[in-house]
Amino acid sequence: MIASAFKRAKTLPLSGKVGLTLVLFWLAVALFGPMLAPYPVGAFVAYDVFEGQSAAHWLGSDYLGRDVLSRLLSGARYTVGLAAAAAMLASATGTALALTAAVGGAKVEEPLSRFMDMLISIPSKIFSLVLVAAFGSSLPLLLLIAAITYVPGNYRIARALAVNLAQMDYVQVARARGEGRFHIAITEILPNMIHPLLADFGLRFVFIVLLLSGLSFLGLGVQPPDADLGSLVRENISGLGEGALAILAPAVAIATLTVGVNLLIDALPGRGKGR
Amino acid sequence: MMEKPHVEVKGLTVTARNAAGERFPIVSGIDFALQRGEVLALIGESGSGKTTIALTLLGHARPGATIAGGSIRVGDAEISTLDRSALAELRGNRIAYIAQSAASAFNPSRTIMDQVIEPAMIHGLMPRATAEAKAVDLFRALALPFPDTIGARYPHQLSGGQLQRLMAAMALITDPELVILDEPTTALDVTTQIEVLRAFKAVVLERGATAIYVSHDLAVVAQMADQIVVLSQGRIREAGAAAQILHAPADDYTRTLMAAARPAIRPTPVKVALPAAAPLLEIRNVTAGYGRIGKDGLPRVPVLRNINLTIERGGTLGVIGESGSGKSTIARVIAGLLRPASGQVLLDGEPLPPGLDGRSREQFRRIQLVFQNADTALNPAHSVGQILARPLAFYAGLKGNAAHLRVLELLDLIRLPASLIDRNIGGLSGGQKQRVNLARALAADPQIILCDEVTSALDTVVGAAILELMAELRRELGIATMFISHDISTVRAICDDILVLYSGTMVETGPRTAFATAPFHPYTNLLIGSVPEMRTGWLEESHAGAAPPPIGAAGDHPDLCRFLPRCAARVDGLCNITPPPRHGLDKGSAGASRILCHHGDESLIAS
Repeated sequence: MIASAFKRAKTLPLSGKVGLTLVLFWLAVALFGPMLAPYPVGAFVAYDVFEGQSAAHWLGSDYLGRDVLSRLLSGARYTVGLAAAAAMLASATGTALALTAAVGGAKVEEPLSRFMDMLISIPSKIFSLVLVAAFGSSLPLLLLIAAITYVPGNYRIARALAVNLAQMDYVQVARARGEGRFHIAITEILPNMIHPLLADFGLRFVFIVLLLSGLSFLGLGVQPPDADLGSLVRENISGLGEGALAILAPAVAIATLTVGVNLLIDALPGRGKGR
Repeated sequence: MMEKPHVEVKGLTVTARNAAGERFPIVSGIDFALQRGEVLALIGESGSGKTTIALTLLGHARPGATIAGGSIRVGDAEISTLDRSALAELRGNRIAYIAQSAASAFNPSRTIMDQVIEPAMIHGLMPRATAEAKAVDLFRALALPFPDTIGARYPHQLSGGQLQRLMAAMALITDPELVILDEPTTALDVTTQIEVLRAFKAVVLERGATAIYVSHDLAVVAQMADQIVVLSQGRIREAGAAAQILHAPADDYTRTLMAAARPAIRPTPVKVALPAAAPLLEIRNVTAGYGRIGKDGLPRVPVLRNINLTIERGGTLGVIGESGSGKSTIARVIAGLLRPASGQVLLDGEPLPPGLDGRSREQFRRIQLVFQNADTALNPAHSVGQILARPLAFYAGLKGNAAHLRVLELLDLIRLPASLIDRNIGGLSGGQKQRVNLARALAADPQIILCDEVTSALDTVVGAAILELMAELRRELGIATMFISHDISTVRAICDDILVLYSGTMVETGPRTAFATAPFHPYTNLLIGSVPEMRTGWLEESHAGAAPPPIGAAGDHPDLCRFLPRCAARVDGLCNITPPPRHGLDKGSAGASRILCHHGDESLIAS
C-alpha cells in the first residue's frame, strides 16, 4: 500500500511533486505542530512586539509579544482540519444530491435544483455572520457553515457532469439491462466524474480556507487565545506597515497550503492520460 | 519525356514519440508524384497513415509527430524546408484542405459566406465583392440550392451534405494548386454521398484542380481518382493507375481490402422446425416519437409511424434507411428506452410493458442492445472483466470463480485473448472494443440482439471480421438479430428479411432474395443505385439521385407518401393527392415484397 503510493508519487510531474510535498508538510504540521511548538500558544515570551527573526523566536514575535512560530504551528491544525473536513462534507453532499438528481428524473431534479439555487443566492459572509451571531462561534458551527455554503457550487458542477454522463450509451445499455438507479449512479456514472470532482474539491478547499480566514479576520472564527491562520493575519494587521514577519508568515502559510493542494490535484492522472 | 510532376513526395518519413519517449516511424519511405490536374487517392485502414501523409503536404504534423525525413514538393515550393510564416502563406491559399466532418469544421456563429471567402480575405487575394461573386459561382457549380442566398445562412440551417460541398467551395475560392480531401464523404449517407461526389467531380474536372483524396472506401475512390496509393501500417503496399489497382490488384493486402468492401452473401442458417408458436418478437402498429403526445395520438416530433414487424427465433431482420429515418428509434422502443405513443411490442406472444418500468429481469435478459459506437457504449472506468461479469452477476447471480470462468469462455467466443481481462477499455483497438460490446450482450444469454450500426464506425476489414463473427455466433447459438444499418449491401449479405425505412414509415419489406431482383420501391431503388460500384466510370453512368420530374403542389393529407419530394417515379395528380396503398410486389422465384407506393410491378420497371 505505502510502496504503491510511493511508486505513484514518483510518476507525478514536477508540479505534482511540489504540491504533494507542500500538502504532506501541512498535514504533518497539523498533526504534530502543537507538539513541536517551542512556547505555549498564549504565552507572552518576547521582550518586544513585532520582533524580527532571532534564535529564540524563529519567526519573530506578534503584536502582543507572543512567539509567532508557536502560534503558527498550533493554528495550522484549525485551518487544515476544518477546511478539509468542510470541503469533504460539501463535496460528498453535493455529489450525492447531484447523482440523485441525474438518475431521479425531473420530479426529483427540479425541487432539488431550485433549492440549491436558493442556497447559492445567500451571500456566504452574511449567512455566516447571522449564524455566528445567533449561535455563537464554535468549531462544529464553523464546519457546518463552510459545508453548507459550498454544497450548491459542488452540486451544480456534479449535476452538469452527471447529466451529461447519464446520456452516454453505456448508461443507456445499463438501463436497457434493467439495472437499478443506485447501481447506475454509483458504478456507471460516478467513476467517470471523479477527476473533475477532485479538481472541484481542490477549489472548494481553497475557498473554505479563505472563508474561514475571512471569518477569523472579522473575529468570528476560531476564538482567542487559539487562532487559525486567518486570525493570525488579522491580529497582526498593524504590523503590515513595517512588513513584520508576524503577518507575512501566516499569509505565506495560507498561500502555500492552497497552492499545494491545487498543484497536487491538477497533477493527478486523469481521464485521457494513458489512453 | 514527361513533364515535371506538379506534386512530388520522396522518401517521406514521419515519426512520433512513444510512452517511453523513443521516436518511432509512423509512416516511412513514402514516394509518389502527380501531374497537374490529376487526382491521387491515398487509401488504407485507420492507422495506416493516410491522413498523416495528407497533412504533411500542408507542412503540418499532428502534436507529438515530426516530419523526420524526405522531401515534399508542391509546384516550386519545398514544403519541408519552409518556416511557419511561409507555410501560413501557403495554407488555405495555394494548398487547401477539406476535412471529414464539415459540420464541426464550420463556426456555428458566423454566416456561410463569411467563412467561405475567409481564405481569400486572409491572404488578401481579392476584394470582398469579387470573392463573394466567385463564391456564388462555386455554389452554383457545386449544385447547391439557392446559390445566390445560401451564403447568408448559418451552418446549423444546412444539411451535412450541403456543408461538405460548402467546404469544397471554401477550399476552391483561392484557386489552389493542390486540394486535399480527407474522407470528405465518409460521414454521409450513400444517397447524399453520390450528390457530393458528383459535385466534387464536376468541379475538379471543370477547374482542372490537382487533388489528393484520402479515403478508406475503394469504391468511392474508383469514381474520383486517376492514381491510387494503397497504404498499410505507414508503408506503401501498392501504387498505380486507378484501373489497374481496381481490376488487377497485385498485392495481397489490396485484395483483402477489395474482398472486405463487398461482403459475401452468407447462406441462410438452417432453421429448426418449431411447433407453430408465436414469433419471437413482434411489433404491432407502433407509433413513437419525442415530446408530448397530442390530441391526434401523435407525439410532437413523430419519428416512427405504424411500424409492424416480426422476427422469428434465430432469424435476422435488417432495418435500413438514411440517418434520421428512425432506425435506432425502433431498437430503443423494443429495449424499452422509449415509450411508444401507441402500439405494442410482443415477446413470444406476450405484450411487453411499454417502458423500462414493469419489465421483469427475465424480459430484460432476453433482449440485448448493442450500440454502434463501442467507444461510448463501454464504460471507460471499467475493465473488460468487469464489463462482462456484470450481466452474469445481474441476471444469473454468477459470482467469483464461476463468473471468472464464464468471462473467459465469452472472451474465447469472441476470439479475444484471455490476457485482456484486466485491460481497461482505453487500451483496446476499435475492433476489440466492438467485440467486447458484443460479448456483453452475449453474456446475458439473450434470445434476440438488437445491433445498431455495429460495423459503421469500423474499418471495412475489421467490420467484415465482426460480421463474420456474428454470423458464426448466430449459427452456433441460434440467437435472433435485428441488424440496423445504413449500408444496403451489408444488410443484403447477412439478413433473412429486410425492412426499408424512410422518414419513419416502412416503404418496403420482404425476404432478402426479393431485394436482389427488380422492381423495387423507388426509395429502395435509390438506395441500391447510390452504392458506388468498384469500377471507374460508374458515377457518370449512374442515374441515382437525378432530379425528380416536376409535380404540382402536394395536398394536405397526413398520410401522403413521405418520399414524394425526392421520388424519381412520382406521378402528378396521384402521388401528391392520394395516400399510397400498401401492396405486394411479386418477383417470381425471388419471393415477394410489400411496398407502400402507387406503382405496381410494370410501372416500376418502366420507370
